[in-house]
Amino acid sequence: MSLTTKDMSVVKALWGKISSKVDEIGAEALGRMLVVYPQTKTYFSHWADLSPGSAQVKKHGKTIMGAVSDAVSKIDDLPSALSQLSELHASKLRVDPANFKILAHNIIVVTAMLFPADFTPEVHVSLDKFLQNLAWCLAERYR
Amino acid sequence: MVEWTEFERATIQDIFSKMDYESVGHNALTRCLVVYPWTQRYFAKFGNLYNAAAIAGNPLVAAHGAVVLRGLDKAVKNMDNIKAAYAELSVLHSEKLHVDPDNFRLLADCLTIVVAARLGSGFTPDVQAAFQKFLAVVISALTKQYH
Repeated sequence: MSLTTKDMSVVKALWGKISSKVDEIGAEALGRMLVVYPQTKTYFSHWADLSPGSAQVKKHGKTIMGAVSDAVSKIDDLPSALSQLSELHASKLRVDPANFKILAHNIIVVTAMLFPADFTPEVHVSLDKFLQNLAWCLAERYR
Repeated sequence: MVEWTEFERATIQDIFSKMDYESVGHNALTRCLVVYPWTQRYFAKFGNLYNAAAIAGNPLVAAHGAVVLRGLDKAVKNMDNIKAAYAELSVLHSEKLHVDPDNFRLLADCLTIVVAARLGSGFTPDVQAAFQKFLAVVISALTKQYH
């Protein structure tokens, strides 16, 4: 389900609207994921505090969304944009790719909460496709 | 037998008691048909589903959204035995409607997003966990009679 030119422009337009809250979305989505899908905590056993709002969760949420924002700016060529991150996730982090879908769902939930008027079904479908494509590229180097 | 905490019970009762079933049902089903267009396969008789605006304006979609939410209400009122309460509905979805159960998850995700958008900051992580657990139990009950 590849991105159409319409999807790309919809996602870029959305990012224009949400850019001021991107860090907050990341922190909130990650924190939420750890609560709603406790199995995801297994990847963060080295953190002292896994509660939403903890410093580590906030910092890492910001890191993740920074990478997502970067991918938006390079939306025309996601495979190249994500090649290094894919290498990292494949060889070092080895996050089961099923979790990308879980985090994507939480990013969508938080975006809907913070921008209810902007997050129409049309915007939702393009964001969903974008995150799915992003996840696919992130898993590219896994095997 | 599903174990519900006091918080989970109270959260589900609270969310649904304050919910506008017509509006939320309409929005959730519309969103599902737009975001996951293959779900339209079950609604060939609904007429115009050509684009998002047509889907949102289609009165049959609105009516059916309300039907689905009223079906959910049955689970809200029978939280301690959703499996039994849904036995007939499960047979209906399997034998008569022939719905691929993966679609239940897609609609559930859309419902979660519609409720999240309405509750805003009130949709805390714990509330989300309770809501999604409830929907997971409903989906399991609805899938039970498939064979």
